[in-house]
Amino acid sequence: MSVIDCSHVSIRYITGDFKSIGLKEYIVRRLTNNYHVKEFWADKDITFQLEKGDMLGIIGTNGAGKSTLLKAITGIMVPTGGEIKVKGNIAALLELASGFDGDMTVRENTYLRGALLGYTRRFLDEKYDEIIRFAELQDFQDYMFKQLSSGMKSRLAFSIACLVNPDILILDEVLSVGDGAFRKKSGDKMKEIISGGVTAILVSHVMPQVRELCNKILWLDHGKQVIFTDDAELACDAYEEFLAQKKKKPPKTVEEMRTLQRAWHIRQEKETAEKAKKAAEKAAKEAKAAHEKAEADRKALQNN
Amino acid sequence: MEKISKTIQQYWFMFEELVNRDFKQRYKRSVLGMAWSILSPLMTLLVMRVIFTQFFSKDIPHYTIYLFSGNIVMSYFRESTRQGMRSLVSNSKIFTKINVPKYLFLLSKNVSALVNFGLTLVVYFAFCVMDHITFTPKMILLVFPVLCLLVMNIGIGGILSAMYVFFEDTSYLYDVLLTLLNYMSAIFYSIDKFPQSMQMMYMLNPVYVYIKYFRLIVIDGIIPSLGYHVLCVFYAVFYLALGMYIYKKFNHDFLYYL
Repeated sequence: MSVIDCSHVSIRYITGDFKSIGLKEYIVRRLTNNYHVKEFWADKDITFQLEKGDMLGIIGTNGAGKSTLLKAITGIMVPTGGEIKVKGNIAALLELASGFDGDMTVRENTYLRGALLGYTRRFLDEKYDEIIRFAELQDFQDYMFKQLSSGMKSRLAFSIACLVNPDILILDEVLSVGDGAFRKKSGDKMKEIISGGVTAILVSHVMPQVRELCNKILWLDHGKQVIFTDDAELACDAYEEFLAQKKKKPPKTVEEMRTLQRAWHIRQEKETAEKAKKAAEKAAKEAKAAHEKAEADRKALQNN
Repeated sequence: MEKISKTIQQYWFMFEELVNRDFKQRYKRSVLGMAWSILSPLMTLLVMRVIFTQFFSKDIPHYTIYLFSGNIVMSYFRESTRQGMRSLVSNSKIFTKINVPKYLFLLSKNVSALVNFGLTLVVYFAFCVMDHITFTPKMILLVFPVLCLLVMNIGIGGILSAMYVFFEDTSYLYDVLLTLLNYMSAIFYSIDKFPQSMQMMYMLNPVYVYIKYFRLIVIDGIIPSLGYHVLCVFYAVFYLALGMYIYKKFNHDFLYYL
């Protein structure tokens, strides 16, 4: 049996305006039969299976439904249609830096987050030092979380989350955490976990990374499944070609055109200004040199 | 049963840490924060005592305790349901990223509200001593309305927290409702002079029912009838069931609106 079996999964969002109109207005509109909701399918009819040890890359432009699909696999969301069967425990690394409490210390936040991720107290007691060392926050343990830099925050989040030995690992754009050195370290850690035989899902816009790590590709576009294949190279080539074409394609609507034009004008203006500035600088330099030369000549004459 | 104990075991540490956090948020690590939760009801009591003594104290024995009973029960109900209401929205960043049972946020807020209520109860009993209330073993029965209140507050908090996810103005509307409820709970006056039918209407207000329980035990030294106990339990269970039903029904929908 597959480790993850996703069959005909569809997820629908309902976008009404009740949040903004409030309860009073909602009741009035309901009574006057003036209340409408819009449906929006974030994912439509997605099917794929992963075996143990597979590394799936999910690619697609923004709004393709990648993150929503991940949320359904982790069980945070329940699909509107279809079925997801998952075997084993999941560690999901989704936009991790949010959800901490700014007024609590690093230590307290570590325990809170660990608890929320389902770790036991004993496990945390054991691993605490390792987490802090990996996040390189030894000197900041008793700082308030809000005092940390954003890089430190995501480092801590990553360190807490990646300490488990899951059967299934889900990564949403997390391989780009922190500065260069830490990015390498976190990448290595990920590879170490992956090579341990877990099944992993990676969402990334960094194509070389996807090519390097993934043996299966799921390409989504506007919630629809373009392709699911184990020919990762081919799928990546096709996707990159698609991106390049999209870039080349002339804009369709008037609005898009105007935006592009405006951006173009701004860029041109900037370039012109820069040219003028450079020319002025050059002229000033030349004048200065000429002046200096004249001065030197005058001195030479005086000495003579 | 086995399943429940397993669930508790699984989530106990998570719950502990959440309670821990809520306490720190509440008291902001300051002594004053702790003192404030005692000072604030005391100030309310003082003002009410000074103003309303003129009008009501002649007919109501132990008026200070009468007032205080109403005040602490009402303020516990208010604080606990208000915080319960915010429990989902304020933790949305967590449960939209991590798969955790959402009711834990509601429960942990209720724990910290309950402990706060415990602090005011200490002051309450100190005032009982000053007001020459005779302490009897009957007072142990006060545990009963407190438990009922806790259960009901969890239920109402659950209902409100779900509504607050869907409708932003829930919080304003609930404040209006609380103000009305405050006047309808006979906190500073007695309902004895109302006609019988009107007095029965007050029984529809669970907060009043619990306040009256306190007053009967502490001031009058009377144990309420069995029927009265049943009514107390009914309100608690009714609101808890309603809250649980709404949570179960919308559990997977919350995510779309946050």
